[in-house]
Amino acid sequence: MTELVIIGGGPAGMSSAISAYENGIRDILILERDDKLGGILRQCIHNGFGLHKFKEELTGPEYAYRYEKRVKELGISVKLNTMVLEITKDKKIIASNSEDGIFEIEAKAIILAMGCRERAKGALNIAGTRPAGVYSAGTAQKLVNMKGYMPGKEVVILGSGDIGLIMARRMTLEGANVKAVCELMPYSSGLARNIEQCLNDFNIPLRLSHTVVALHGKERLTGVTIAKVDENRKPIKQTYEFIPCDTLLLSCGLIPENELTKGIGAKISSVTNGSVVDQNRETDIEGVFSCGNVLHVHDLVDYVSEEAEIAGKGASDYIKGINNKTVNIPISTDGKIRYTVPQILTEKKDTTLYFRTADLYRNVKINVYANEKLVLSRKKQRIAPSEMETLKIDSKILDGVSKLRLELEEL
Amino acid sequence: MKRELTCIACPLGCSLVVTLEGKNILSVVGNTCPRGKEYAINECTAPKRMVTTTVRCENGELVSVKTSKPIPKEKVFEAMEIINATVAKLPLNVGDVIISDLFGSTVVATQCKE
Repeated sequence: MTELVIIGGGPAGMSSAISAYENGIRDILILERDDKLGGILRQCIHNGFGLHKFKEELTGPEYAYRYEKRVKELGISVKLNTMVLEITKDKKIIASNSEDGIFEIEAKAIILAMGCRERAKGALNIAGTRPAGVYSAGTAQKLVNMKGYMPGKEVVILGSGDIGLIMARRMTLEGANVKAVCELMPYSSGLARNIEQCLNDFNIPLRLSHTVVALHGKERLTGVTIAKVDENRKPIKQTYEFIPCDTLLLSCGLIPENELTKGIGAKISSVTNGSVVDQNRETDIEGVFSCGNVLHVHDLVDYVSEEAEIAGKGASDYIKGINNKTVNIPISTDGKIRYTVPQILTEKKDTTLYFRTADLYRNVKINVYANEKLVLSRKKQRIAPSEMETLKIDSKILDGVSKLRLELEEL
Repeated sequence: MKRELTCIACPLGCSLVVTLEGKNILSVVGNTCPRGKEYAINECTAPKRMVTTTVRCENGELVSVKTSKPIPKEKVFEAMEIINATVAKLPLNVGDVIISDLFGSTVVATQCKE
């Protein structure tokens, strides 16, 4: 029996392991499928990480290194090149690697930290042929930054998420010609700074309300047809435009990787595609916790680390038999606010709610209702789906409360 | 003259308005921290950028690197050429200097390589 097994050795997994150690747990094992710790940060060689956490600007590998070093200093066990195949409800983990073969570990508590994956071409329904030269932005990032291969020379990028923007700059720096970044929505889902330093710096056009409607080419991509979309996001025929290119990068969103979670039978939110968790990031399966991008997709790794610390502390308390669960307060939202994490409160303590809106809003109030009574209201000048927001809930407002609701009021 | 900028100093991406008279900066508004003001002043006088890229190691693998501080924006492509022509000696630790002078900055490893 291992006290705590953590699935995934990226930023969430490492941070939760360190947090559990600092909360008194010693019997910790991290299972990681790659050959090194660090997760996706290893290929994110650009800077911009760690401003919240370390008050300095780090690159992805540097941010990962700080945690990796700490994991090693603390002597936390890690199994690399290890793929977890299944987790059962009674917390048995079946995994495999080339040294141990297929093996089983029984855990007292489990932290799920598997991260997320990119939405693939198949999910996008683009018409036309199926030539080589179409990559997800993250695959291109791995090829360029870790393997040293250039995926192509004449590039169109679909989706203006941060990975797409970062790759527009990266490909340009390595000599490619990035012809356009198309974004289906009327606004970019990437950070403003990335539009500035990754697109504007290199005069790369950002085509808002545009999408790729067809791929061309037999063996290799020879071009794409793009089109403007109407308010219902349907392509407008008269605006079809052919752009010759040999490469299309897709940066069309990230999906939490929850196959294992579903296997355990944990409840999954249809909005976040991650587990439904309480303030300690515990799922509805006792002793199974979730944090990082497998729980909901974050925009800043700093928040991933923060959330993983909460999960690490929660798992430690669970292992030590500390149980302060006295309430059961579900948190609902109005749709303008898409979701909150946590979605449920089981302890009466000060809690930070993380939430995301469905659209871009200006001059709004975030209202918190406890049993239908307004208990908290916060003004926001600007609120965007791409930026996760936080709201502190004081334990005092939870007295005698059976449900909480978050609403966005447009002023 | 007023110039609108998006601050790139951190992920907040503040919208800045710089009031200029010729090359003289009269005021910066919209920044939430001193770094924003510094960015605005630099951007209007001598824009600078960090460069993050990779260097080929002697064993053929790549190591991720960065400039230790921002370099003049107009030198970024020239810097890339120099960095891409460099071969790094192993082993490397985070922070090890690979190029000692590149437009007033150094180029350092951002990961360890054995």
